[in-house]
Amino acid sequence: MRESIIMKTHYGTALAAVALVAVHVLFRLTQGFSESLQYESVIANYQFLPYAGMLEIILILLSIHGFNGLRVILLELKQGRAYEKVVSYGCIAAMLAVIAYGSRTIFMTSMGMV
Amino acid sequence: MSTTPKIAAEQATTIVSPAKTITLRIQRYNPNTDQKKRWIDFQIPYEKWTTVLDAILDAKEHFDHSIGVRYSCRQASCGSCGMIINGRPRLACFTKITELGTNIITVEPMYNFPIIRDLVVSFERLFNNHKKIKPFLIREDSEITQRTKELLQTPEEVERYIQFANCIKCGLCNSACPTMATDSSFMGPQALTQAYRYVSDNRDKGKDDRLKIIDQSHGIWRCHFAGSCSQVCPKGVDPAMAIQLLRGYLLGFRS
Repeated sequence: MRESIIMKTHYGTALAAVALVAVHVLFRLTQGFSESLQYESVIANYQFLPYAGMLEIILILLSIHGFNGLRVILLELKQGRAYEKVVSYGCIAAMLAVIAYGSRTIFMTSMGMV
Repeated sequence: MSTTPKIAAEQATTIVSPAKTITLRIQRYNPNTDQKKRWIDFQIPYEKWTTVLDAILDAKEHFDHSIGVRYSCRQASCGSCGMIINGRPRLACFTKITELGTNIITVEPMYNFPIIRDLVVSFERLFNNHKKIKPFLIREDSEITQRTKELLQTPEEVERYIQFANCIKCGLCNSACPTMATDSSFMGPQALTQAYRYVSDNRDKGKDDRLKIIDQSHGIWRCHFAGSCSQVCPKGVDPAMAIQLLRGYLLGFRS
């Protein structure tokens, strides 16, 4: 993939994540901060489907942005064809693993399995 | 009556101020023979017009003939005498001792370049990256083809790239670049600036080719916009700006 497409995605995910995390923080402020972190409150948030959907999108956006950032840092630290392939594929695999694990948590909680 | 005795008398009474001296500290290193870098000090007399290159040549002439230094034009045109002077990349022929304001002047080879010997570094990577971006006008016709017209430009069209055409390939921008320090495959501000110089020239038709060359994992996107390249350029070129303008083409803000 061309680097410009990757970097456009990188910038786009950053902007979208800032907007959605702002919504997420505002939701916390609708009630007291400590109250919002209580077990029942967190479970209720997950079971409210639009909110759970937003958390899933934040998870995807931050995973893409974060792991691409990590890839860029690692590519600048060291160079070499084999190393760069390992870094690129390793970051994609780690990103997919984080998204899968986070999605599992979101789905299980929103479906009342926790 | 002859004027010679008068002149002689005048010269005898002229007060000549004793030349001031500075300590010139030169880094010496030969990768073929030396285990590590070492510093050698020289006491060099100077006047207000003495440049660092003059001081180095003075040391070379009077104290140590073996000091390795590359220079040519002595007027900031050839880009040969780039080095780190008091911790900052500068042209030795374009830096006066008096403007540095210190009694000790340290001189080292440019950072981010392999050392050949003492102050002389290899420009191979810089020139390879420069060639990679095709630093010439790409178009099918030519000014020298018969029955074609001169490629005329308006002053506004020239204004778009002329600043970037002042690059003398001295390598100071690459030496100052923090990304160049860690990423050995990074193209560097010099090559990217030259890519912009040709992309923004309305006579050139090779924009797509060049954008493809710089749009790779060690290309334009690795610039972090530290801006140190623009700070050290002796010709007033602004590579940091050129890189941002070039990014505009790749992000779709410019066409």
